Amino acid sequence: METALIILTDGLVYASWLFLISAGLTLIYGVLRILNLAHGSLYALGAYAAASVVLLYFDRGLWPMGSYLALLGAALLVGAVAGPLIERGLLQWIYGRDPVYQLLATYALFLILEDLMKLVWGVNPYYAYKPYGLLGIIRLGGIPYPGYSFLLLGVALLAGGSLCFFIRGTRIGRLVVAMIHDPEISAAMGVNVPRVSLLTFTLGAVLAALGGAFTAPMISVVPGLSVEVIVLAFAVVVIGGLGSLEGSAVGALLVGLVRSLMVHRIPELELFAIYLVMAMVLLLRPRGLFGMEEVRRV
Amino acid sequence: MDVVLETRGLTRTFGRVVAADDVNVQIRSGERVGLVGPNGAGKTTFLNLITGYVRPNRGRILYRGTDITGLPPRAITRMGIVRSFQIPQLYPGLTVLENLLLAIAARSGRGLDFWGPLGREHAVAEAMELLGAFQLADYAWRPVGELPEGGRKLLDVAMALALRPTVLLMDEPTSGVSTQDKFGVMEVLMEVLGRAGVTTLFVEHDMEVVYRYAERVLVFHNGRVVADGDPQALFADAQIRRAVLGWE
Amino acid sequence: MKLRRFGGLILIAGMAGLGLLLPGWSRFLLTLALARGLLVLGVALLMQAGLVSFGQGLFFAAGAYAVGFAARDLGIRDAGLGVALGAGAGLGIAALTGPLLARYRGIFFAMLTLAFSMILYGILVKAYRITGGTDGLRIPPPTFLGWSLPEEHLGSGLYLFTLACTAVMVFLIFRYLRSPLGYTVRAIRDNEVRVEYLGLSVSRALYITVLLVGAMGGLGGALSAMSVGHVDPNLAYWTTSGEFVFVALLGGTGNVFAPLAGSIVFEFLRTYAYKYIPYTWQMGLGLVMLAIVGFAPGGLWSLYELIARRMSGWTWSWKRGV
Repeated sequence: METALIILTDGLVYASWLFLISAGLTLIYGVLRILNLAHGSLYALGAYAAASVVLLYFDRGLWPMGSYLALLGAALLVGAVAGPLIERGLLQWIYGRDPVYQLLATYALFLILEDLMKLVWGVNPYYAYKPYGLLGIIRLGGIPYPGYSFLLLGVALLAGGSLCFFIRGTRIGRLVVAMIHDPEISAAMGVNVPRVSLLTFTLGAVLAALGGAFTAPMISVVPGLSVEVIVLAFAVVVIGGLGSLEGSAVGALLVGLVRSLMVHRIPELELFAIYLVMAMVLLLRPRGLFGMEEVRRV
Repeated sequence: MDVVLETRGLTRTFGRVVAADDVNVQIRSGERVGLVGPNGAGKTTFLNLITGYVRPNRGRILYRGTDITGLPPRAITRMGIVRSFQIPQLYPGLTVLENLLLAIAARSGRGLDFWGPLGREHAVAEAMELLGAFQLADYAWRPVGELPEGGRKLLDVAMALALRPTVLLMDEPTSGVSTQDKFGVMEVLMEVLGRAGVTTLFVEHDMEVVYRYAERVLVFHNGRVVADGDPQALFADAQIRRAVLGWE
Repeated sequence: MKLRRFGGLILIAGMAGLGLLLPGWSRFLLTLALARGLLVLGVALLMQAGLVSFGQGLFFAAGAYAVGFAARDLGIRDAGLGVALGAGAGLGIAALTGPLLARYRGIFFAMLTLAFSMILYGILVKAYRITGGTDGLRIPPPTFLGWSLPEEHLGSGLYLFTLACTAVMVFLIFRYLRSPLGYTVRAIRDNEVRVEYLGLSVSRALYITVLLVGAMGGLGGALSAMSVGHVDPNLAYWTTSGEFVFVALLGGTGNVFAPLAGSIVFEFLRTYAYKYIPYTWQMGLGLVMLAIVGFAPGGLWSLYELIARRMSGWTWSWKRGV
């Protein structure tokens, strides 16, 4: 019974992480119809920024518990700066173009950002584990579990909740949803498409950076983070349905639990559990669990 | 004459729109049938149903006695029922000649061959002849994009003809063709089709064309066939003229 | 056609001579560029159907590991057999995945190819007892019809062999592009519905194309493995596939030679960029890509064509006439 609890918890924690890295991607696709291959780089940016901020923070000897706010701040900073820069600087020129070229443009962006990060932060790993250690160990049914994992869970829930509120509760949020469902009609009805696009991409960037920022204390921040993340994020987005936030939440949960199950029961399959789920979804319900697009031709 | 094409109780709805409402029609071999009616009456849906692009909710379609309901378009095309389109469906990336050659290759069963060239001598000759009949020969080596609107229409029909159909369904064959060319084109078309004994159904809005070239007319309205018969008789009927064709 | 055939032979002879004259390292790069060029060609072929494959690594790795297994478990070192096995492996995987792939379009096709290649990656990493895991497998120097070349000639031998294989493939693809299937596949990109209305099966046409691309990819993977002397799971990673896509766009997808030319340019570009600007070569690549997307979407070949057309009012496009 203990193992079931561990599997569940592991699954939930991993799902939280997956949700954070994929929510932004699906949002951006839903509104802008662009699959952002540089999404992983935004995540990495968040991680690097968070690492730097945290190191700076503890250098000043500030109140330790506030470091979490510092992480949040780093993510917001990255999103607020990189988001508009990328959207206005690159994306606005490729809207409506052949999807192949859009893919390549974002791939080029990914390459550029990778080296940019190398230039700024170098190639040596950054360790910013203090926020991780602060939360100590929690006993879960007698089994020690890192407290930080629950923070991650909390952050994901908070992010999900805020998105929910934003979408249902605010006017702009509803406009975003309208654009996801029908961009042409939205434009015809006077929605300020460029403004909503800018806002959406920035929001997506913040989410990605958030994922990176809160992951930073758990890992060594090195070049190459983006590469792994982007593929996982894609898989979750495909599973959940392109453009659907509920989809990426449910997809994240599904993958998280499946992977957790694999890790504890059939470790050999762990690495490609997610791709198997993705392939299955593509075969059985190609538009994803909550997706809305037409997918196949007869 | 034999019945070559028959529909029984053909019905198709899209949500609340009844595009085809219990359509029962028998087409005899070699007939030339005009399909008329206001927009949205179900004429194009009728064509879509017969060619397998859309599945009926109810009813059956029989071709030479065989039930072809539910078969995909490519099977139906191979059986000899060919269609041309209201909005020309061409391959913009290829030249005019290549478009036609592809149709010929498909007909000869070579569509998926990966060895021989696309245009064997006799195929090119046949294609050029067809293009000549429609006065498109000059455009043979040009990209499709350079064709005038009427030319695109003709190419679309030519491609359908290249498949040597037994039954040809044409969706507004003369729309987009200039008035002076209309009759010339139809003359050629009808002559070719007549010689080959092809059963022809065509959706048309130009009543003069229908009057001149159709032996029989099916009048569609709200998904049903409300009148079926001789064009002269039908057009003489004031009720039909007013209610369905919008004439006074 | 006679002139073309002649021209082709001259080109091959020229390439052969060039390769033998070049210093070892450059010749090695050229060999690799040709082998990888076959995968880029595969990407280009699929792009003509309107499909982007983000999973060429699948066939690449399949072909490469086939050679590895053949050498280690069956003692086969013959180059000819090796490439046959590689092509066979690629073909086999294409046959398995093809029916699924042929049903999808656009992003979903791309994602499915990506998923398949990542699944292979996972298998290659995890089944380390069979595949050597992240260490990969070593490929011993190949033999040619039983003869073992002395070391100083091995590079040249491999180069000529790779050139020969590539030339054969180019010839086949040339025929393919002029065949009804080649046209059908291009027509699919333009107007899929009409193709069905011609009585042709779009799925089947795409499936056959995937088979061709798979076999070619496996061949390229085998050739690459023999030249490098080593295979590892990264061959199946999505970044490898991404590179093939990039090169396809760099070179252009309009004809048979563009992808190969693009591959050669890229291989040299990459090597020298890495040597001189190791921390920014990726950025440079990215900027080049953006420039191409922005200004020359047809790739370098289209630029070449533009210039050639301006200069003599005549293009080298294969689309001329039938």
